[in-house]
Amino acid sequence: MNSEPLIFEKSRAGRIGANLPQCDVPEQDIVELLGGDNLRSMLPLPEVSELDVVRHFTHLSHRNYSIDEGLYPLGSCTMKYNPRINEKTASLPGFAALHPLQPVETAQGALQLVYELQGMLASICGMDATTIQPSAGAHGELLAMMMIRAYHRDRGDTARTTVVIPDSAHGTNPASAATCGFRVKSIPSNQKGCTDLNALRNALGPDTAALMLTNPNTVGLFESDILEICSLVHEAGGLVYCDGANMNAMLGITRPGDMGFDVMHFNLHKTFSTPHGGGGPGCGAVSVKKCLEPYLPIPVVTRSDEGTYLLDENRPCSIGRIHSFYGAFLIAVRAYTYIRTLGASGVRAVGENALLNANYVRARLSKAYDIAYNSPVCMHEVVLSAARQKQANGIRALDISKRLMDYGVHPPTNYFPLIVPEALMIEPTETESKQTLDEFIDIMLKIAKEAAEEPELLRTAPHSTLVSRLDETMAVKNLDLRYEALFAGSPHSTVESSS
Amino acid sequence: MTLGYISNTDTDRQEMLQAIGAGRFEDLLEPIPSSIRMTHLPELPPAMAENDLYRHLSSLAALNAHAETHLCFLGAGIYDHFRPAVVASLASRGEFATAYTPYQPEMSQGMLQAVYEYQTLICALTGMDISNASMYDAATGLAESALMSAHIQHRDEIVVLNNLHPHYRQVIQTYLEATGLKYREVSESDVDGVVNSNTASVIVQNPTFMGTLLDMQKYSDLAHACGALFIVSVDPVSLALLKPPSEYDADIVVGEGQSLGSPMGFGGPLLGFFACKKQFVRSFPGRIVGATLDLEGRRGYTMTLRTREQDIRREKATSNICTNQALLALAATIHLCALGKNGMRQTALLSLQKAHYACSQICSLPGVTHADEGRLFFKEFAVRLPVSPETVIAKMARKKILAGLALGKYYDGYSDALLIAVTENRTKEDIDRYTTELAGILKEGTTGV
Repeated sequence: MNSEPLIFEKSRAGRIGANLPQCDVPEQDIVELLGGDNLRSMLPLPEVSELDVVRHFTHLSHRNYSIDEGLYPLGSCTMKYNPRINEKTASLPGFAALHPLQPVETAQGALQLVYELQGMLASICGMDATTIQPSAGAHGELLAMMMIRAYHRDRGDTARTTVVIPDSAHGTNPASAATCGFRVKSIPSNQKGCTDLNALRNALGPDTAALMLTNPNTVGLFESDILEICSLVHEAGGLVYCDGANMNAMLGITRPGDMGFDVMHFNLHKTFSTPHGGGGPGCGAVSVKKCLEPYLPIPVVTRSDEGTYLLDENRPCSIGRIHSFYGAFLIAVRAYTYIRTLGASGVRAVGENALLNANYVRARLSKAYDIAYNSPVCMHEVVLSAARQKQANGIRALDISKRLMDYGVHPPTNYFPLIVPEALMIEPTETESKQTLDEFIDIMLKIAKEAAEEPELLRTAPHSTLVSRLDETMAVKNLDLRYEALFAGSPHSTVESSS
Repeated sequence: MTLGYISNTDTDRQEMLQAIGAGRFEDLLEPIPSSIRMTHLPELPPAMAENDLYRHLSSLAALNAHAETHLCFLGAGIYDHFRPAVVASLASRGEFATAYTPYQPEMSQGMLQAVYEYQTLICALTGMDISNASMYDAATGLAESALMSAHIQHRDEIVVLNNLHPHYRQVIQTYLEATGLKYREVSESDVDGVVNSNTASVIVQNPTFMGTLLDMQKYSDLAHACGALFIVSVDPVSLALLKPPSEYDADIVVGEGQSLGSPMGFGGPLLGFFACKKQFVRSFPGRIVGATLDLEGRRGYTMTLRTREQDIRREKATSNICTNQALLALAATIHLCALGKNGMRQTALLSLQKAHYACSQICSLPGVTHADEGRLFFKEFAVRLPVSPETVIAKMARKKILAGLALGKYYDGYSDALLIAVTENRTKEDIDRYTTELAGILKEGTTGV
């Protein structure tokens, strides 16, 4: 089907897509109950049948690519398979139908699960305590910045107003630090694509609150100087934050806590297989060393000596509350299910195969494409550069990405990290097989050939998708952010029909 | 070991290492200093088979009381509203659930169109000009709206009415503390002298945390008279009956969308919806989807106004947020379409009628009074009890009723008060049982048993 109309265009007055009960209590006059002045006159919602709804959203689902359909090698995003048992456990009514404010004695199973997950995450990253409250990685970063700020303030160390961040970092890092009132000092990467120790030394000082570092970094390389990096920051009086977006590379292999990091965030929706959901919900759990534990957000899930689980709000040093309740509990159930499925040996197997798959892709593509910062091996992802193709035929990373769509594959992350020109960042994840990777590699090799021989084919790609390249400039210039006809009085009469 | 989620066989691994030019897997770990390498995680439990694990999780779940074993009269921001089966059935489709953020619009038209429809529906409910693609929850949405108002107005004080959800107030405080803005909390009776030319915005919840309706025009005028923005926190279900905030000139409208098709889930994940006037579009936090045309002139959808965002603007972004709650926004979209205009009205009407029936029944018990007698309310109300609310809650839980929320922890002078929510999911029989059980408990309490 070429296009799917908006649900509003299918609306007809009088239709309803749900079977609701009749009122079984004595009815009172609504004007008396709510006040005539408080009532609304019209409610421009669609009127469609249940079958209309099913068909519409089924059609939309057919217009969406997903991991379930095929390889999704977005670098930095860890698009691994989302196991179905996780969905089954998260939908158990004993978890899904829990109210957050019911007495804690009636939610002991839920609290035990959170408590055990906190412990498992802490041991996976080598830290002392964990909160699952942040709703996303960026939320975790913000929380960490708040805790670091409070930590320095409580020590009377109020001059620490700067956060040092490498130029290869995710954009959320500087945005989170700035939201917290920190001045951001960006440092360049060295010729190997890693932290430049001299630049770091020069950036550190009595004003340093923290270093935010992604390890492995966004070029897919392990920061080999990590022990020295953490020492330098600690000697300067700062703390070291690990952006854990790339934790999949380290599972069972090495731990940020052992490297000297003081605090990190996990993306449960990346490393621990919870579905990305088309952009969320996620969970940006944060683990900390002892020195930051008093600052964790309230409430903290704890266990009493008698073995009961509690929601502790009596934490005088806490930075406060950061979520309406306790974070994305149902995401935590999925991550818990996943970690228990893997066990200790499975966690290590994930890390190993993530590395193996990325290095395999790298090895087989290293002749046809430039490899950013050509180090002997990469970690869980490889960053290619289309610089060669651009110079030869003006073919950009974007063109290669769009051409991949014609072969039915989702493109890698492009134009990130910013320090790599024409970047194509590929993260296969451990769940893809050698056979799938071979198919992908063959397509990439074919595209490299096309770039040289038929560049126009790439420039105008994609050719086989439901829509071709979209006019992004027009989208900004003529902002169209909602279906206006619904509000203007549409021919479909949703608006005019009386209730 | 074998693991269903890893596809490479030992043979594959050997072939891959060979192609890489590595003799053994450990060669790939060369960049990691040997002193911090490990071979296993001793503290993690061993792997579990799917059937064993499901039994384990079922047993953990069975330790919890929940809305299918207990009658739920708890609200306070999270509600046991009806969720048609069609919502979970469609929203859980792998095509939606296992997709990433739609950075490549050509392959993500389904989710993008759904978000465009979501934005339209939020505008329809709130009456506002524009909606973003959603935020983490109502609390962080409100905190972001406070920061946004400070940026727009170049003022540094946020006035918050204390009838806003206590947790939301705490989250706003956390964010303001971190950003160096001033937080001022006032009661309804003290608000008059507090709003002034330093006030960036005034934040008011309607219906209030206690369920009552306010004269919102009054607060809107109060804020605007001082040049402050008027930020409103709303219950989306109430908006099926109540005047949309646009009609009392709200500048930003935020609310919790869990009631629109998502499970209570022990309070997460949640759906913060966020709408505002058109003039603030460039100061808006979060993702936004817009319609445009492709090269062939076909209609299509894409994320737009990206230059506000962190991946481009870095430390100068309008917010550090780089996700939305897409799957919950999708569920809300399906929910609002399935119920539609008539279903949403019916749901809200049923909640309204049943809450009022419950209030009159419960307040007919000796010693029980409506804490806000004479004030209008929607689906939630506070009652004062002759027995400690904590005792009542504990005893009612044993009778398989989640009786409500004790308010003493949140407000001075409310140690005898219980907040009760009633949705369309409660039947007359449920309400009558609540009343009967409560009557019994009160009798025990007053006779000292």
